[in-house]
Amino acid sequence: MNPRRIAAAAMAAGVAAGLAACGSDDGSSDSGSGGGSSIKIGIKFDQPGLGLKEGSEYTGMDVDVAKYVAKKLGYSDDKIQWVQAPSAQRETLISTGQVKLVVATYSITDERKEKVGFAGPYFIAGQDLLVRSDDTSITGPDSLKGKKLCSVTGSTSAQNVKKKVPGVNLQEFGTYSECVAALASKGVDALTTDNTILAGYAAQDQYKGKLKVVGQPFSEERYGIGLKKGDTDLCTKVTDAVKSMISDGSWQKFVDDNLGPAGFKPGAGNPPTPDACS
Amino acid sequence: MSATVLFDAPGPRARMRHRILTGVGLLIAVGIAYVVLRKLGDAGQLAAEKWKPFVTKDAWTQYLLPGIWGTVKAAVISIVLAAVFGTVFGMGRLSDNRGIRWVSGVVVEFFRAVPVLIMMYFAFNLYARNNVFAVELNPLMAVVTGLTLYNGSVLAELVRSGVHGLPAGQREAGLSIGLTQGQTLRSILLPQALRAMLPALIGQCVVVLKDSALGYGITYAELLSWSKTLGSAYANTIPAYMAAAVLFILMNFALTFVARKVEARLGRRGVRPTPAAGTAVLGADAAAGGNPAGPSTAQG
Amino acid sequence: MGDILSNYDILGAFWMTIKLSVLGTVGALVLGTVLAVMRVSPVTTLRAIGTSYVNVFRNTPLTLLMVASILGMTYILGMSLSDDQQTNIFRWAVIVLSVYHAAFICEAVRSGFNTVPVGQAEAARSIGLSFGQSLTQVILPQAVRGSIAPVGSTIIALIKNSTVASVIGVSDAAGMMATIVENETGTFGVFLIFAVGFVILTLPLGMAFTAMSRRLAVRR
Repeated sequence: MNPRRIAAAAMAAGVAAGLAACGSDDGSSDSGSGGGSSIKIGIKFDQPGLGLKEGSEYTGMDVDVAKYVAKKLGYSDDKIQWVQAPSAQRETLISTGQVKLVVATYSITDERKEKVGFAGPYFIAGQDLLVRSDDTSITGPDSLKGKKLCSVTGSTSAQNVKKKVPGVNLQEFGTYSECVAALASKGVDALTTDNTILAGYAAQDQYKGKLKVVGQPFSEERYGIGLKKGDTDLCTKVTDAVKSMISDGSWQKFVDDNLGPAGFKPGAGNPPTPDACS
Repeated sequence: MSATVLFDAPGPRARMRHRILTGVGLLIAVGIAYVVLRKLGDAGQLAAEKWKPFVTKDAWTQYLLPGIWGTVKAAVISIVLAAVFGTVFGMGRLSDNRGIRWVSGVVVEFFRAVPVLIMMYFAFNLYARNNVFAVELNPLMAVVTGLTLYNGSVLAELVRSGVHGLPAGQREAGLSIGLTQGQTLRSILLPQALRAMLPALIGQCVVVLKDSALGYGITYAELLSWSKTLGSAYANTIPAYMAAAVLFILMNFALTFVARKVEARLGRRGVRPTPAAGTAVLGADAAAGGNPAGPSTAQG
Repeated sequence: MGDILSNYDILGAFWMTIKLSVLGTVGALVLGTVLAVMRVSPVTTLRAIGTSYVNVFRNTPLTLLMVASILGMTYILGMSLSDDQQTNIFRWAVIVLSVYHAAFICEAVRSGFNTVPVGQAEAARSIGLSFGQSLTQVILPQAVRGSIAPVGSTIIALIKNSTVASVIGVSDAAGMMATIVENETGTFGVFLIFAVGFVILTLPLGMAFTAMSRRLAVRR
């Protein structure tokens, strides 16, 4: 054995030991289910007006809703651990107990209900269009002929609009922020997805007055708070929290604070009545 | 083979021609740069407000530095593990035992064929469902698993081709002085092959570093996903991506630089076969080595 | 899982992946070989261009290059390749795949150059062949055979990397996967289907390249 080989072996052993240490940690730590002094909540990190990491703060309507609900559950703001919840991982995060709640533009659908439980809806969103403020030619999905439209690859909104406007000239990106950049630089003429997301962008300081939401929603998305399937106790508590949030005026405040700057008014059906937990 | 054998040293006239060519090339480059900058300016992408965030403390402490740390952490762990994985299965493929050879072959070929992102999804689901690691560690470990399996397989192939590229005499000499097959492999063939494949290992490190960006899909926060978030927060997606690209290139340069230093140190040791005696060694050196990152995924 | 197979045009999506891969491979091979020749050429400028090309494109994440082709090249620089968005993104995706992997092909071919013994080049020069002649008649044919294994690995990587094209909206296998994941919740099975799809596409290719590199290896 020469020194180099010993060094290499030692390094490999060190790595293995390090990993083992990492692995053994989790036995003692609380893996997200029940108890504990903090609560993990999944949100979007990059959705202005809904869930956005701004510096060391988290802002947006979903964040405010999450904080309100957490408080009702007995967790103060500093006990909340925010977890990034990309759309594709929301069910996994909940069903494996990595987060207790998901408040991330999470539409209640029958398919999802098979995997996770929902409390809410706490908001009724609808698919709409975001255009440049000086553009008056686009008034709704029917006026999209010959226009360049943008959305996110594989999203419900993209699939919807393809069905609704056959042959639409659709550009798809990985995130809505890229669509907004394309819209601002006149690469595309409109961006389509939930009106809440659109209003969130239009309300950003940098886009204020430059972008507007058309205001003709053509679908209904019922945002719910995702939680573990079958946890009726938690679901009831969260539903009660949502009810009191709507009745004590906090709901209106959250909407106005986060989406109001875009001149956004919640559409029909808002504020919603949360479903009963089953 | 050095490139200079391919042509005579250029004479005065050829040198003049080359200089003119260089001048013309530079002019064209400057012209293109000018047009690009103007178009960027027209589109408002050079506006001070889009770039100002990058000189604030928040942009670095909240987004970019955590991003760089996330990328480096995943990359370093994966590179070390992939080297171990690659050596083990590379040796497995060279084993005398038909069974070991076959199993190693299947493992290597399979993990080379599956997209890294899909492996990460698998690992993430697996770890999350069975509570293999602490909750916070799951995304990192899933990223490391995906990167290790894929890049380890690529390295295993490099080990194999490196050993195959060595002159047959090396193995014969080992056996003839009474070493067993395994001993010959471990103490004679592998050290030479490993040194020869160092440049490729470097190239693969670059791939690992970039591929850590795939972790975005399973909630692992690294540089690319933090730049996306930064772009959303400051409404400057395009400048944020430009900054990310520059940071990635700089990180990869730094990595390559360090690796080359290591390579130079190791390269000094031992006696290299002369070209006359062992072109095949040089060949192996290059086939495995001169091909940095040939076998890369590099999604990012 | 059966529902997924019958409800979605997965084969069509993989066909798109195949189209991207084949066109991207052709582009990458041509461009990569040209770059490799540039990197050993007598002209300093060409060598410098080749080196910087490899350094820039090999070190930038592919996702960023893809997004840049649409957000930057098409929208800001106005280099649209078609009025139809779908056609435009497909063409750009092929170009980006070619451009990115050309850097890797270049290095693979260059490593192939290194497998050719110096004596071959010396012999070629000493019988009076020019740079171009010795390159095309003597060195390249041997170098290509020596670089089959690394080039093969690059092509396999390209096939898998074609999935990145979905970030600009090409409806390939990865785009289809995103759609299914959005609509269905049994994501685990979905990943399995696509993993198997890619294994079917790349495994035979990988084995073929390994076999070919052995058979065509220049005996020395």
